[in-house]
Amino acid sequence: MFSLKMHFKKQNNSVIPGFGLSMGITVTMLSLIVLIPLFSVFLILSDSTFREFWQVVTDKQTIAAYKVSLSCSAIAAVINVVFGILLAWILTRYKFPLRRVLDGLIELPFALPTAVAGIALTTLYSGEGWIGGLFAKAGIEISYTRIGITIAMIFIGIPFVVRSIQPVLEKLDPQYEEAASALGASRSRIFFKVVLPEILPAALAGFGLAFARSMGEYGSVVFIAGNIPYETQIVPLIIMNKLEQFNYPAATSIALVMVLFAFVLLFIINLIQAQINKIARG
Amino acid sequence: MRQKLVKWLLIVLGTAFLGVMLVLPLATVLVYALRQGWETFSQAIAEEYAIKALNLTLLATFITVIVNTTFGVFAAWAISKFQFRGKQVLTALIDIPFSISPIIAGLVFILVFGRIGWAYPLLEAWNIKIVFALPGIVLATIFVTFPFVSRELIPLMEAQGSDEEEAAALMGAKGLLIFRKVTLPHIKWGLLYGVILCTARALGEFGAVSVVSGHLRGQTNTLPLHVEILFNEFKLTAAFAVSSILVLIAVIILILRNIVEYRVKREER
Amino acid sequence: MYVELQDINKRFGTYQAADHVSFSIEKGKLIGLLGPSGSGKTTILRMIAGLEIPDSGDILIDGRRVNDLPASKRGIGFVFQNYALFRYMTVFDNIAFGLEVQKKDKAYIRQRVNELIKLIGLEGLEKRHPHQLSGGQKQRVAFARALAPSPQLLLLDEPFAAIDAKVRKELRTWLRETINKVGITSIFVTHDQEEAVEVADEIIITNSGYIEQIGSPADIYKNPATPFAAKFIGESIVVENYGRLHGFEEDRSYDRAVIRPEFVRVTKKEQELYPHASKRGTVEDILFRGNMLELRLNVDGVKLITYRSLEDAPLAVGEEVSVLIYRLYLYNNHQVRLVENAAFQSSDAFAI
Repeated sequence: MFSLKMHFKKQNNSVIPGFGLSMGITVTMLSLIVLIPLFSVFLILSDSTFREFWQVVTDKQTIAAYKVSLSCSAIAAVINVVFGILLAWILTRYKFPLRRVLDGLIELPFALPTAVAGIALTTLYSGEGWIGGLFAKAGIEISYTRIGITIAMIFIGIPFVVRSIQPVLEKLDPQYEEAASALGASRSRIFFKVVLPEILPAALAGFGLAFARSMGEYGSVVFIAGNIPYETQIVPLIIMNKLEQFNYPAATSIALVMVLFAFVLLFIINLIQAQINKIARG
Repeated sequence: MRQKLVKWLLIVLGTAFLGVMLVLPLATVLVYALRQGWETFSQAIAEEYAIKALNLTLLATFITVIVNTTFGVFAAWAISKFQFRGKQVLTALIDIPFSISPIIAGLVFILVFGRIGWAYPLLEAWNIKIVFALPGIVLATIFVTFPFVSRELIPLMEAQGSDEEEAAALMGAKGLLIFRKVTLPHIKWGLLYGVILCTARALGEFGAVSVVSGHLRGQTNTLPLHVEILFNEFKLTAAFAVSSILVLIAVIILILRNIVEYRVKREER
Repeated sequence: MYVELQDINKRFGTYQAADHVSFSIEKGKLIGLLGPSGSGKTTILRMIAGLEIPDSGDILIDGRRVNDLPASKRGIGFVFQNYALFRYMTVFDNIAFGLEVQKKDKAYIRQRVNELIKLIGLEGLEKRHPHQLSGGQKQRVAFARALAPSPQLLLLDEPFAAIDAKVRKELRTWLRETINKVGITSIFVTHDQEEAVEVADEIIITNSGYIEQIGSPADIYKNPATPFAAKFIGESIVVENYGRLHGFEEDRSYDRAVIRPEFVRVTKKEQELYPHASKRGTVEDILFRGNMLELRLNVDGVKLITYRSLEDAPLAVGEEVSVLIYRLYLYNNHQVRLVENAAFQSSDAFAI
């Protein structure tokens, strides 16, 4: 640790004190809490061959779970982008009663413990629930199906998209829209030609965040999913099942696939965003 | 005329969406919690295991917030006030827990401290228990909420620049004095905001804790885990009664968050 | 010598911010470090302050080598370019901060701060916060804050850069007078030659990491030591074919010349006084500059600029006039030479 501190000191001769101390604490805590535990994934996997690894991560049941997780997360994120743009729009452009309440409510999925959200959604959409009951009459089941999973994922994704787009819309000068309307453009045309391109990078970022979060989400989804293999089993549930069977190498292998997927996803989104920003700046 | 129609159509649509997606689940919790009367409700929340779970949750949250706030302040200081190579990498590493499933967050601690973990022989020798005990729950919670405070502080402190700190240091002020008198007034609302978010997530953390807790009633059961057990035992009223405590805390946090966010925005102006 | 820099070198990556910089400053002087942006002037100032560490060379303050002395122990006051006032403290607390750090007793702090507030003329504004002050007032507070712990040396980084043009002039005079009153050795950095000439006792001209010239403003103006100094100080028009002008012979070792507007005299054709030394030219444009006129001239293909009083006989665009050039600076890549108009000097002799 001491030599590390000296090394940083040399690089930095700022007069502001505390570089060595704050850097030391930051790196130490980050290593102890995040990096070293994460690295243990590879330590466990080093005992098994690649073949074993590959067998586990391409197991039929696991593949089915990837499909459920991916499709439900993607659909939920798309729906969230649509409603996210709509919500961000009415919250920044219109004045109406309840506006502040709605604005404050957006963060509920962050603040509400996921388990509580999970059991509430499961009950609400079950055959006896207020909404589930209505659909049950039409012969549609929601809880314990992929529809239920998607709804839970929409729930947790709402704040990501709205809060990505809202600041951009707030900064987007209404003069811009006024100028377009002065030129005779219709409202919808203005929205699609002027506003939408501006908020697209933010919407994309929100999509990515909501998508990534949905893929990994456990608490709010586990109750409504029902855990039926090949049908409503999501990837985190597979990992949990393997853990309950004390099959640590299998759980770790699938976890590694998920982690890599999340990193690649975030990387791609960063790339796209950088690209769009470049175009926007001209 | 048409414009007005579109406006109200959009507002109704947005409100309805939030109503169905957010308000109805909230209402479900409260209605189910109280549907067998006040007495059943109060019995459920005064039950021994519920109280123990609440205490455990509060303790774990308290430790988590302390640890993550300490980390957040030091990390933000190092990253925003100094120039050094590898800054981008460090910032990206700190954000890792955001992109990792809570289940995996729990799993990694099993892989370190569990029966198969590389640190297990050591713990065995010293007779320390981490997994399926309080330290494991705390570690998993810290992991999941690790970047919450630093993430709020870094952009705020970067925007502020380091001129004032430099000026103070030039006059011979020590680190703590500079932080207290020059930096803290700038970031106090942002700091509080980060602490609130961190508290909210720590209170409700389920997946990661579920993996490392071992579900020992009265010992390693946090409130969200307790809710799960009650729900799986079909004790719906009790499950929702206990949930309503968490809902209450969540609503208070939301209100606080809004007040603080309003202050943060005002400071930025 | 109070401040001395001995063979200082400093490099940031590929950028040489200080290249064998050596100079010394007398006690009590007000020094202007003048140069274009990127010339290394701010780096020099920051090295004296201790905000940057030189790669090699020594910095001496009052005879003591301070290279390894932390910034806060060097006994300097520093005024930042954008003031860096503590936004969450009042004017009083801002000025008192340095004294509080030194743990001076309360009564002394109160007395010293009040004294400084009086010096900067901001009585009654002690309780204000920086955002409630104008740019000029902020500058004065930053100045007082730097002076509060009674430093031996005051360093100012572009002290007027963030102030609007109108207040700037007034503030320059104020700063000069106040520094003289306090009697503190001061160094300020600026890219504005007018500012340096007006405020400083002595100017140090920097260019891409090295010192071009050191001297009093008048001295540098009259005898620029390097081509850069000749072009940078005063208004300069660069002329290539100066041999076409009357009274100046082409010198093969100098390919260009600098002609300042005040070196050029324009008279109406019929009032021409020194025909041997003058040459005919045409007025290409006349610009009104508030208190005078700026003339754009074309003398046998050589473009010149000069000023003309509003009281002088009016000229018209396109008019042919007599143009007399008193002197110019010849220069090449390394040297500069002052040349007087030979024909004018000999005709002078005839007049006597």
